[in-house]
Amino acid sequence: MRSARTLACVILLVVCVLSLAANWIAPAGYAKQFREAPGAPPSTQHWLGTDELGRDRFARVLYGTRISLLLAPAAALVSTLLAAALGGLAGYVGGIWLRLATGFTDLFLSLPWLFLLITVRALLPLNASPFVSVLITFLILGLLGWAASARVLATGAHTLRSSDFVLQARASGVRGFRLFAVHVLPNLKPILYAQFWISIPVFILSEANLGILGLGVAEPLPSWGGLLRELEGMISFRDEPWRLVPLILLIVVMTSFQTLLSNETEEVAA
Amino acid sequence: MLWRIARHLLAIVGLVLVGGLISATLIRLAPGFDTDERQLNPNLNAESVRVLHDARNSEHNVVKFYISYLRGALHGDLGISHALEQPIQSLLRDRWRVTARVAGFGLLLGWLLAVSLAFSVSLARSSGCELVGTAISGAFLCIPAAVLALLSVILNSPGYLAISLIVFPKVYRYSRNLLAKAYAMPHITAARARGLGELRILLWHALPVVAPQLLTLAGITVSIAVGASIPVESLCGLPGIGQLAWQAALARDLPLLVNVTILVTLVTLLANSGADVIVHMTRSRQA
Amino acid sequence: MSRRMFSRLLLCLSLLTGITAAQDGTVLRFCLRAEPKTFDPLKVDDDSSLTIRYLTGGVLVRANRQTQALEPELAESWKISKDARQITFKLRHGVRFSDGSPFSAEDVAYTVTRLMDPELHSSTGDAFRSGNGTVTTKILAPDQIAVAFSAPVVGLDRLFDQVAILSAHSAKKEATVLGPFMVAEYKPGANILLKRNPNYWKRDAQGRPLPYLDSIRLDIQPNRDVEVLRFRRGELDLINSIDTEYYDRLAASQPAVVHDAGASLDSEFLWFNQVANAPIPAYKRSWFRSASFRRAVSGAINRDDLSRVVFNGHAQPAFGPVSPANKFWFNSRLHSELYKPEAALQRLQGDGFRLQDGTLRDKDGNAVEFSIVTNAGNKYRERMAVLIQEDLSKIGIKMNVVTLDFPSLIERIAQKFNYEAAILGFQNVDLDPNGQMNIWLSSAENHAWNPQQQTPATAWEGEIDRLMREQASATDAKKRKAAFDRVQEIVVEQAPFIYLINKDALSAISPSVAGASPVILHPQTYWNAERLTIHSTTQASR
Repeated sequence: MRSARTLACVILLVVCVLSLAANWIAPAGYAKQFREAPGAPPSTQHWLGTDELGRDRFARVLYGTRISLLLAPAAALVSTLLAAALGGLAGYVGGIWLRLATGFTDLFLSLPWLFLLITVRALLPLNASPFVSVLITFLILGLLGWAASARVLATGAHTLRSSDFVLQARASGVRGFRLFAVHVLPNLKPILYAQFWISIPVFILSEANLGILGLGVAEPLPSWGGLLRELEGMISFRDEPWRLVPLILLIVVMTSFQTLLSNETEEVAA
Repeated sequence: MLWRIARHLLAIVGLVLVGGLISATLIRLAPGFDTDERQLNPNLNAESVRVLHDARNSEHNVVKFYISYLRGALHGDLGISHALEQPIQSLLRDRWRVTARVAGFGLLLGWLLAVSLAFSVSLARSSGCELVGTAISGAFLCIPAAVLALLSVILNSPGYLAISLIVFPKVYRYSRNLLAKAYAMPHITAARARGLGELRILLWHALPVVAPQLLTLAGITVSIAVGASIPVESLCGLPGIGQLAWQAALARDLPLLVNVTILVTLVTLLANSGADVIVHMTRSRQA
Repeated sequence: MSRRMFSRLLLCLSLLTGITAAQDGTVLRFCLRAEPKTFDPLKVDDDSSLTIRYLTGGVLVRANRQTQALEPELAESWKISKDARQITFKLRHGVRFSDGSPFSAEDVAYTVTRLMDPELHSSTGDAFRSGNGTVTTKILAPDQIAVAFSAPVVGLDRLFDQVAILSAHSAKKEATVLGPFMVAEYKPGANILLKRNPNYWKRDAQGRPLPYLDSIRLDIQPNRDVEVLRFRRGELDLINSIDTEYYDRLAASQPAVVHDAGASLDSEFLWFNQVANAPIPAYKRSWFRSASFRRAVSGAINRDDLSRVVFNGHAQPAFGPVSPANKFWFNSRLHSELYKPEAALQRLQGDGFRLQDGTLRDKDGNAVEFSIVTNAGNKYRERMAVLIQEDLSKIGIKMNVVTLDFPSLIERIAQKFNYEAAILGFQNVDLDPNGQMNIWLSSAENHAWNPQQQTPATAWEGEIDRLMREQASATDAKKRKAAFDRVQEIVVEQAPFIYLINKDALSAISPSVAGASPVILHPQTYWNAERLTIHSTTQASR
């Protein structure tokens, strides 16, 4: 497990460094259109070929990493914290607050947020800078993505209320928020980590879908969601297997994330 | 017990009504409400375009619209869809079975896959298996829903396969994390020291600890499956409510959208409340 | 019976069934992109309903999609009065509806009266309504009917290609048809099955009753990836309008199935918001209202690249409102605009714009930056926008591409006017420009860059108004052409619409389908559906 964790660290570090060094590794940039070679296969000039507009795919992967792998985990963190605050606290407090919170969460899960997103787009200026637009997109995703795990956290916290160690802590004089933060919340880590981990690719993919509404990353900026959407047009994957590289890379990164997150001391075979 | 169920049902009805009103407001306030793509047709004269606009006048006041909708609904009249120009009641009646089947089987299969994988990885107790489990679930999490739906069409498999592959990685991650935490508890070490088999430990000592959260998760996955049925049905060409919802959203069809939202809210609330009731029952039995 | 005789008999039988199968036909399968909104032929506005009307409706005259000439259908002959206010039809004898009831002038009168009902509000009816007033029908004989309008209607006979005749007496109005097929089954969200009309009047040259096909199955499939997949698997027999990418993929593996009928009448174009009180900065409005600015932007766009990169050569650069495929109406004297970014920049500099550090600035120092909106989901339009973004950046203009969902887009461009530039396209364009009155008249709704003007905002728009009215009231085709030629010239000079490309009409037809010859006019592949057959021996498994 230790070696796996080290490998995961190295992979993530390499990905980070490569994306930050994109200016030097892929000097052509993500926007330059090599119009004589649209949809070209990999070559020495274009390591992952070009997309349908002749832009270097490798450069777009590198630059896209900066945006998606920075903002998606940040948004996932926001949604996890919100879930912890709303679900965890409500479950811990119990009673009427728990019922109100679960009702609110259930309602939140069912509402058509699509229309709120459309309204947000309408309120943003059409010439909003891509940075602002992307930031707002991921912020909204974080603010909307907490409901599912909040429910599970509420149940978990409610169960923990009556567990031995919490009763013991209460008997020792620990009260209120400190009791929640120090004794209950850490035991909710499995759910919190699961929520965080699942949210990252979900938000990356959602960002691409939000392009339909005018939110998300604006052209010509690349994003992982946009790169993954290229897969939609492939009716036969045998055709251009290099298009699978962004997907494989994301899977490797997510697996590395999970390896680092799973620090539960489970006894494993040597 | 009965009083608890009755209280849940009352709360559900109240929440559904509130949810319907909030949805109607969100839809009404979103830009594009008053539009119809037919107004871009140059063959229509000015009078016809004006008539298109006026068709939505009764929906401008959301509260009035909602009250008249509820009044009609009590008599079984759910309104007429703008987009499809048919009574909504017959639309829903024709299509709910398809969605129930697709989402239902998708859920069952997704849970089966997730639980099988989580149990296998827990029983194997090796970091290699852990990695494989993470990689497999991570892979399906990273593939867009549209691609999964296309894959299910390419492989000639039914639409519920796509939904199961959307649900499975989420359930796997939650259940594996919960199980890993449960395995770290002292009573598991004690059980192992006593020489109990791994399967027995998993089913009798680890699973009961995480059961309440898994039950709540089960309730949540119902709304995930219903949400996933929108892109899956549209892409696989399945005539269900998900496909209807997408058409309604594109056309800003308020009567249809309100009905679909109320249906989705009802299903979500029933599923989550049902899970809550079971959790409470198991807790009180344990206590 | 000896074995040899038996096998010979089997061979004969299979040959016979093979021959008769080719004549009987089986089922033609293709997709509709959306659910049809109506089965009432008079209310048809959307593509799917249009398809069903084309296949089930009987019309008095038919515009042959291949030759573009008008042919008699249910009307053996017709005569238009000199003032273009009256048309008299002589109807065919012995025609029956699908339920067996006889067809006569009463049915035509009933249909026309219903069509002209002011409460109807459909594009078919509105096309006849060039002025207020009533329509009168006079049944001169059971096989002769005169339809009189209060105002002259241009291209009167051609308009009847869109009017499917309903039965005056039958109880089931929509189900009783005169066309080659009739609706047999409708599974909402899934498919529509059309069966051959046993009472269809048309016969082929050998006297055999048409249609050859037994039925047509229309599957409702909005997703083009799935449609192509099913075609490749043999589950569909044709794709009426196929995307460029799939055309090329299919062409690589099965070159015989793909057809490029050449440039169609469809066009893609971009325009700037010129509405007087639009909520955009005044300095931007002054740019957009300058014809010189618009011409410069047009000159800076590399249309050859648009055609080559986005459409892989399956589109032709467009410069004016009429596609060269529209042989009669296209103004061949127009010069095509070449891609000259340096000339574009010079033109802008002549207007006081300056290029500083790679950014173009106007005479007040404002950086030239604007947004362009288009509808999400049309990946070719999105790609064109990105290419144009790059082209304009070369002359220092920053263009931001925003894709929106269609209702939001419509609200911006047709109601609130809170947009700066937009890219859209015209589809199913009529040959006759009179169908576009609502685009060119400055007072009309669809005058995209500045709709519903009280009085023409510019002299050239006033001139276009006058010329369009002239062609609408002229009866001589040459006079009409002269007027519309001048409209085209003005549009190219002033560039209110910057035309980008004319798409080719691409389709895919399975080799098991016989008799198909795709054309550029809608419907491209099944315009002669009654003469199509399926070779059942070569049809793939279902």
